[in-house]
Amino acid sequence: MQITMQNIMQKRPTLVPLMYLLPAVLLVVAFVYYPVVNNLWLSLFRWSAFSPQDIWVGLGNYRALLKDPVFWTALRDNVAYVVVSLVFQVGGALVLAAILEEAFVRRFRVFFRTVYFLPTVISMTVVGLLFTFLYDPQMGLIDQLLTLTGHASWVRAWLGDERTAIWAIIAMSQWQSIGYIALLFVVAMQRIPRELYEAAAMDGANRIRIFFRITIPLVREMTLLASIITISGAFMVFNEVMVTTQGGPNNASQVLATWMYQSAFMNDQMGYASAIATIIFLISFGIAVVQLWVGRSGQTVGTA
Amino acid sequence: MTTTITRTPKRVSKARADRREPERSSGRRLLTRAPSWGVYIMLWAFVLLIVYPLFWMVAASLKTNAEMFSQAWALPRYLQWGNWAQAWQLGVGQYVLNSVIVTVSSIIGVIVLGAWAAYALARFRYPLRTPLLYLIIGGLMLSPQVALIPLFRLLSTLQLYNTLGALIVLDIAFRLPFTVFLMRAYMLGLPYDLEEAAYIDGASHWQVFWHIIVPLSRPIMLSAALLQAFFSWNEFLFALTFIQDSALKTLPVGLLDMQSRLLTNWPVLLAGLSIAALPMIALFIVGQRWFVRGLAEGMGK
Repeated sequence: MQITMQNIMQKRPTLVPLMYLLPAVLLVVAFVYYPVVNNLWLSLFRWSAFSPQDIWVGLGNYRALLKDPVFWTALRDNVAYVVVSLVFQVGGALVLAAILEEAFVRRFRVFFRTVYFLPTVISMTVVGLLFTFLYDPQMGLIDQLLTLTGHASWVRAWLGDERTAIWAIIAMSQWQSIGYIALLFVVAMQRIPRELYEAAAMDGANRIRIFFRITIPLVREMTLLASIITISGAFMVFNEVMVTTQGGPNNASQVLATWMYQSAFMNDQMGYASAIATIIFLISFGIAVVQLWVGRSGQTVGTA
Repeated sequence: MTTTITRTPKRVSKARADRREPERSSGRRLLTRAPSWGVYIMLWAFVLLIVYPLFWMVAASLKTNAEMFSQAWALPRYLQWGNWAQAWQLGVGQYVLNSVIVTVSSIIGVIVLGAWAAYALARFRYPLRTPLLYLIIGGLMLSPQVALIPLFRLLSTLQLYNTLGALIVLDIAFRLPFTVFLMRAYMLGLPYDLEEAAYIDGASHWQVFWHIIVPLSRPIMLSAALLQAFFSWNEFLFALTFIQDSALKTLPVGLLDMQSRLLTNWPVLLAGLSIAALPMIALFIVGQRWFVRGLAEGMGK
């Protein structure tokens, strides 16, 4: 029989590919799947890190969750995160990418793209601590700049003030991530056939028109992807808050993930924390499902 | 309102044009006329917004403590490299070592395990293939936060709590879905000829893997390795939760530690931050092409 890849692929004993798959599958099942499932179970108990006994409480943790003001603050902060991020990270990055893609000779584009992306590769701790300096009321650059330009009345402890803490953190997050999303859009825009722009330009369309009528519709898929990434990132945010305010002052800047962490490892309420984690899971799982559903029904517009 | 389109002869060297954009058409020249000044200013303002805080971080790290408080804007009088040495001695050196250990190990682990799994999913046919594919890719939907608390218990039971091994294993496990996805897509695009020839010559699947698939997959492996490097080096949640000993802390967590120890010696802390940030910046600038490619291929599906 002729040796072809079809034959090879089919005639090998199943054991062979399974052997190659085993380590990866083991790791993923043991450390990713099992804990997530286990978490659902653990949220039905009240337990602490030190006590050997798990006390069954059923949905008690979830009931407590609904009555917990910090939980609602955290949820609100996450939603604020989502809204602002969608506007600046996705919207802003879209505009940025469009400008980069259409206006410049390639040479410069790579420079700008690289610079804008730099904050993304830096650890969140570095960004967080750096911004802690920038936001400092005494010697931080932000407040100094405000004083210099005559807006001394606006000076405040950005991260220390309950009303501004989470917004300051959100702003920092935009700084770090806009380059990343812009890069994704640049990649998507590079797939748009040049002829479309040509034709539009010849028909006398100006840049704004081209942006709204050609660019935006054709990066619809990437816009969806970028939105999903941004929304899930905003619901799972942890590092940014942990490094700067740890959720304070007075829990004003808590987000779901930091509240979960605090409940588990500082307040020693493991079951309760598991319940919060389950909420995070349901939200992110819901988002993933939406993504699959929309991705399936909205097939790519074929290149005409 | 009418718009006038002028044909500006913008010359880009043909060699460069051909290399970078094969389907270059004349329409391109129409749209590469210089943009308005407003746009230029905006773009450069943004560059400034991004670069200045980083520049300030490095510049301030080279000041003395007194300079820092009295003249926050001015450049340092003399470059106090001693701050960097001090930061290194006060713990950054140890943190860097730990970060390197974790990052390099997880890169090796994820590339090897990922390549094996991708090979099995791309080059063989068997009933369990589809379910296993979904199993691995499905991991993408599960987030570290949700797994955190059960992992705490699991790692304690496995005696991995407070070890670098825990971080390595977790970094690999949580990145396998994406890496396998990436590599499998790439391998599916490889032509069969070389393998067929090898099988005709009597090669085993093991040999085919190491001598044909791996060399051909170098680009995607490089991309995946770079992405893993950024992930591992900057990973924070697991490093914070599962490592207690100061001697074992990785950079992201160690720096936080340093902050509480160095309360007002800001230049030294900033030096520590600079030491932590610069390798990744350098790595990114150098490996940009692969990084972008990896991201593009992963996101494009």
